[in-house]
Amino acid sequence: MKGIKKILALVFVAVFAVGMLAACGGGNGGDAAPAGSGGAAAPAGDFKAGLICLHDENSTYDLNFINAFKEACEDMGLVEGESYFIKTNKGENEEAYQAACELVDQGCNVIFADSFGHEDYILQAAMENPDVQFCHATGTKAHTELVENYHNAFASIYEGRYLAGVAAGMKLNEMIESGKITADQAVMGYVGAYPYAEVKSGYTSFYLGAKSVCPTVTMQVTFTNSWYDETLEKTGAQTLIDKGCVLISQHADSMGAPTACEAAGVPNVSYNGSTVQACPNTFIVSSRIDWAPYFKYAMQSTLDGTKIDYDWVGTIDTGSVVLTEVNEAAAAPGTVDAIEAAKADLVAGNIHVFDTANFTVGGQTLTSYQADVDDMGDFQPETEVIENGIFMESYYRSAPYFDIDIDGITILGDVQ
Amino acid sequence: MTNTAKTPLVHITRRKNIAWYRAWIVRIIAVILALILCGIITTFVVHINPIEVYKTMISGNFGTARKVWFMGQDLATLLIISLALAPAFRMRFWNLGGDGQALMGCFGASAVMILCSGSMPNWLLLIVMFAAAIFCGMLWAFVPAFFKARWNTNETLFTLMMNYLATQLIAFFVVVWENPKGSSKIGIINQRTQLGWLPDIGGNKYILIIIVAVVLAVAMFIYMRYSKHGYEIAVVGESEPTARYVGIKVRKVIIRTMLLSGAICGLAGFMMVASTNHTLTTTLVGGRGFTGVMVAWLAKFNPFFMIITSFILVFLGRGASEISTMFGFNDSFGSILTGIILFFIIGCEFFLNYELHFRKSAKKEVA
Repeated sequence: MKGIKKILALVFVAVFAVGMLAACGGGNGGDAAPAGSGGAAAPAGDFKAGLICLHDENSTYDLNFINAFKEACEDMGLVEGESYFIKTNKGENEEAYQAACELVDQGCNVIFADSFGHEDYILQAAMENPDVQFCHATGTKAHTELVENYHNAFASIYEGRYLAGVAAGMKLNEMIESGKITADQAVMGYVGAYPYAEVKSGYTSFYLGAKSVCPTVTMQVTFTNSWYDETLEKTGAQTLIDKGCVLISQHADSMGAPTACEAAGVPNVSYNGSTVQACPNTFIVSSRIDWAPYFKYAMQSTLDGTKIDYDWVGTIDTGSVVLTEVNEAAAAPGTVDAIEAAKADLVAGNIHVFDTANFTVGGQTLTSYQADVDDMGDFQPETEVIENGIFMESYYRSAPYFDIDIDGITILGDVQ
Repeated sequence: MTNTAKTPLVHITRRKNIAWYRAWIVRIIAVILALILCGIITTFVVHINPIEVYKTMISGNFGTARKVWFMGQDLATLLIISLALAPAFRMRFWNLGGDGQALMGCFGASAVMILCSGSMPNWLLLIVMFAAAIFCGMLWAFVPAFFKARWNTNETLFTLMMNYLATQLIAFFVVVWENPKGSSKIGIINQRTQLGWLPDIGGNKYILIIIVAVVLAVAMFIYMRYSKHGYEIAVVGESEPTARYVGIKVRKVIIRTMLLSGAICGLAGFMMVASTNHTLTTTLVGGRGFTGVMVAWLAKFNPFFMIITSFILVFLGRGASEISTMFGFNDSFGSILTGIILFFIIGCEFFLNYELHFRKSAKKEVA
């Protein structure tokens, strides 16, 4: 009994001592806290915005959203933690719905979500909160569900991929000319996340970009079945390199593939943002979607009370499809000029990424293709998407629907 | 026996019994100490007033009516899974398969929902979903229990392995039932028709799972405290030879208790699919099968104390998430704080089970 009392006494002394320390420390923190607030000019009324992310800034994909969102919000005079909020690591389940509802309760007028799998949960929240605008990036259902306050957005990122492909083609040409590889050995490798339209459209446009400057190029594709799995992405890239791929690109969100390339000294065309800091010798260029124009458009529309498109497509023109700076240390000479030329042609409409004259399927040129544009859960393709010899990607809805396996691309299956 | 040896400065003996109010004083002191340490770290590492951080934690749980409901819903889900684990652990059967058993419950319920919607009236659909969920949960618990009872296999490893089997099985079926094609996700099942969804009670869609959890907690308390089964579980847990000596069929108790454990995990899965999430993913249970072990142990398998311990864990989790939103950190900072608090809470169990004796009073205290 005596022992217990002694211990209790000791503990209380400790509590008291540490408490004093904390109180002093707390004072310092308290002084610092108000300094951050009240700096920026407040926008009209008490406008608030929120963003829901699948992962956090360690994922290149989410980081790209977070940066754009902060930029757009700060342009609107919003302050983090006061008038704009970012909820990270929200899974593609009830968590996303809860996060959306909490943002509503925090007074958000417009709420964004960044992951494809969030769609149903954001739609659910939208149906229950008709006074708040919900904008879901990469989703497919807004144009068929027609819920007034639910919107999808994407960008014609296939054009960005195509331009990144041009840079890859230039690099392959350089290797062929220097005798490092023969024309037949111009094999690219691609680490994809899931085998569905968004990824397929991405790697096909990348391949077509490379093919536009290096006609003998072929490509091998492997899938990780995850948006973020550093180990699998690394293994996938390494497997492709071992199989003889001389250049790697990827559509998955970790640093796995770029760092595998840097370690092996194999050139890499990245996605979602520059990886030049981690990969100074192998990073060539990266395409990415800049979401800031969409965020600004949706927030301004909400503020003005005007309608947001059910399905918004960003383009090179809107500033939504961008390329990072070319890394001269790894890229072939003349890459910057080649990209600029191709970009001008794309904007002018002189070339089309999915021009059916540029690719074949089973040795045949495509003349007609039915795509499952209206995603009713029926898996039934219902829309003719080839017009005047061009596959009209991101035209009937913002999210990609090009899901054709074309000649020259070999699918190896899943990363083991 | 310490007469001849030189007495050390401190020595440790096992505590026999500690009055419940003393135990709670120790626990409260532990929490206060943890909060103080968190406060110091918050102040000196991220330069934020810790009082603001604690306020944010509280508002993350109680800030709005809806947040309270969400918290209650999360608490209820965790509590149901913890209640499922309690009898097995009481029996000293290390059921680390709560995740897998609950996932299989989700699987059973959603399989029926996807394959049978529209082919039967909604009330029948719900019953079939319920039965399928319970069956799948029980199946996943029965296999390791049977092997343990029959061949004395290691249940810790076995139940753990069953988790991976469940995850892989569901990964496979998510691709089979994916919507849209190639996306590897199922999304909300029957979002428009709401077939196979449990009804809202009085317009409140959060309360049903809370009611289920509370009823289950009371039932489990009675079962463990007053039923013959509960007594048998306790005896098997204390000592198998004793149980055998007094004529308890140990094998039967093991299998029966694990079936109960699996069935309640299946129920948790059913509630997640039919009432809260309406989907199937490999991460739906989200490690609650492991968190539940902590909930059950900290509460010494008392269902009512488990309400408190699961509340603490849910409170910390939701609070941490709110901190990251309001102060613009990622989840890691909140996790650090949660880790510190849990360390203290678990660490103080040492002081509840053991007594420290300082040199002078040592001899008198040894009893």
